[in-house]
Amino acid sequence: MSVRVGHTAEKPAFPILAHELLQDDQTRRNVRHATDVIRNKRALRVAEMPDWQDLRTTAHAIKTHTLLHLPHYLEEFERNCIRAGGQVHWARDADEANTIAIRLIRHAAERLAVEHPEVIKVKTMTSDEIGMNRALEQQGITPWETDLADMIVQMGKDEPSHIVVPALHKNRHQVRELFLQNMGLTELGTEAEDLTGAARHYLRKKFLEVGIGISGANFAIAETGSVCVVESEGNGRMCVTMPKTLITLIGIEKVIPKFDDLEVFLQLLPRSATGERMNPYNSIWTGVTPADGPQEFHVILLDNGRTRMMANVRERETLNCIRCGACLNQCPVYRETGGHAYGSIYSGPIGAILSPQLNGMKYSRSLPYASSLCGACYEVCPVKINIPETLIHLRGKIVAQDQNTLSGKLSQESMGMKMAAHLFEHPKQYEAAQRLARTGQGLFEKDGKLVNLPGMAAGWTQYRDLRALPKQSFREWWKRSHTDRGDGSSGVGDE
Amino acid sequence: MRIHLFIACYNDTLFPRTGMAVVNLLERLGHEVVFPTNQTCCGQMHYNTGYHAEALPIVRKLLHEFLDAETIVVPSASCVAMMRDHYELMAHDANDLHMMGDVKSFLPRVFEFSELLTDKLGITDVGAYFPHRVTYHPSCHSLRLLNVGDRPIRLLQAVEGLEYTQMEGSDQCCGFGGTFAVKNAEVSSAMLADKIGCVKKTNAEFVAALDNSCLMQIDGGLHREMGSQDRIRPVHLAEILNSTRENPLTAEALAWEGATA
Repeated sequence: MSVRVGHTAEKPAFPILAHELLQDDQTRRNVRHATDVIRNKRALRVAEMPDWQDLRTTAHAIKTHTLLHLPHYLEEFERNCIRAGGQVHWARDADEANTIAIRLIRHAAERLAVEHPEVIKVKTMTSDEIGMNRALEQQGITPWETDLADMIVQMGKDEPSHIVVPALHKNRHQVRELFLQNMGLTELGTEAEDLTGAARHYLRKKFLEVGIGISGANFAIAETGSVCVVESEGNGRMCVTMPKTLITLIGIEKVIPKFDDLEVFLQLLPRSATGERMNPYNSIWTGVTPADGPQEFHVILLDNGRTRMMANVRERETLNCIRCGACLNQCPVYRETGGHAYGSIYSGPIGAILSPQLNGMKYSRSLPYASSLCGACYEVCPVKINIPETLIHLRGKIVAQDQNTLSGKLSQESMGMKMAAHLFEHPKQYEAAQRLARTGQGLFEKDGKLVNLPGMAAGWTQYRDLRALPKQSFREWWKRSHTDRGDGSSGVGDE
Repeated sequence: MRIHLFIACYNDTLFPRTGMAVVNLLERLGHEVVFPTNQTCCGQMHYNTGYHAEALPIVRKLLHEFLDAETIVVPSASCVAMMRDHYELMAHDANDLHMMGDVKSFLPRVFEFSELLTDKLGITDVGAYFPHRVTYHPSCHSLRLLNVGDRPIRLLQAVEGLEYTQMEGSDQCCGFGGTFAVKNAEVSSAMLADKIGCVKKTNAEFVAALDNSCLMQIDGGLHREMGSQDRIRPVHLAEILNSTRENPLTAEALAWEGATA
């Protein structure tokens, strides 16, 4: 099995990517502005919900239940989708999913008598996860992204920086430049209306001409075999209704048991994602309807590392995610760097736990450390994924992996941590170390502060000052002021 | 009341003033403070960095040192968060029923400093005097993990002479995050720059918190930028509450140069 998550295998570690992005003032301003707008809207729309916490708890319960019975619900979905005229394909990994999609597109293109196959795509992060566009292009198939933001990313040969707002790092003026270059226009205004007008004109042609569509899905409903996509633009509605053939790519964790469960998720998702009470477009379709919409409907159910995550309760919870992006907008780390620092199409706090897990902890290993564990992500998560706890769990896995290698065992961090652990277990030696540090700091002390510290501590003194150690520790003061005069606890020695 | 103090390793080593303030204040309020001198660390640094095997004996040791304590005060919200959020999980993962029993008996006896005053001792006015303009930084762990709510602010507002001023973006992380501050030092300092902007806007003389770790980050950033000149001083809440007319806390006492415990 070859699990692949976007281009994570080729990406440098988070601190290296973050370093570049922190120098990019324009991108940082764009990210800050966009996340501010979305999270303020979210706060407003969540505050008006008296039962918000109950909804979160319910959503968590539905997801937990579904994941514990995933084979059952996937097979139920398959049966009902086929009964309604759909076809269901199972893909173990990225390559299998792409191979299936390419085969289906070729067949459809033959029937349409198209020489150079093209597909229109609507917002599917999962297709970015499996690197579908690259795979299609290699086979001579042209994918056209039709979600406005995805189209901007595609035109700029860029990568998505947000799971809901993929072009969040671009502002209007940058988008205008891209449109001018790619749409063959000579004139274009700078207002949002001008840009959406140009996109509308450009995309309408694709919707009318291209006979094959590829979509993602927000939910797959086991009870009815239906698929649900929510969006703001209507381009998704076009993509799932206009083409003759529709292929929908779905991660296996997207299945929910009942149609009624949408009641919970369709309240949580739009409010969390874009601060809307309801998405402007909610498309739900079931199989094939004669003479209406696509006459051929395929679902590709994708595993790509998900089953592996099912085995551990602290990893399974990550699959609760409904891709609302609220944790990104809230995350103080994401808000400084934007999504490209994560080197994965799944960025922000959820990306920091999802990307390495899908990858089987092989890539994206710096991401669990890209968090101050402030907990803002958990607070806003509509399906109550305890992201900080999961980050710590994954850090534990990474350290345990590293301890199996000689270089990991002998790393400065590992040696330092073990030394510190030893001191914390032996109070007398700990006290001696406190005294030693106070003496030793003379080498680095200047006007009451420590400068140019070696090793990992350099990370601190590079950006901040560090006050020199005080002349006595608390325990020394205590012994002088309390123990010696006979009260307080006696300073019984080390074990 | 007999109150055992868990000081936290970094307070012990870097911020003894905070521990001294806790002891003096509680004694002034008529309580007896006990400091078990074999205590060291709560295990948070190791655990949160992923050194779970190394954290385990540290936690077991802490539980052992406080077996007989009836009431435990901890002037560090993040240590208390470590205890409440992870100790049971650690005992569970270690499959150690004995430790689980110790943890279950330990947790209800632990109080973060502001919790001890308002909840256990039922007091908000501790008779402190601090005639200064003060803002408050709610550390992430006190805010989101302990949910201390407005307890620290109520304590501050009861201080004679103190003018409390709310900080904009107060719920934003200062960027410390334990080893995050060195492993992702650059992002950490970008977050710090935002926080310092908010701190400065308050025009306060002091910024208080329940965690010296966050305050060390804020102080380190302010000192890098402004050096030893007259500037806003980060200070633990306990030190403000320990300030009285007879023994007032002054900005000079918090200055770096010549600062001793």
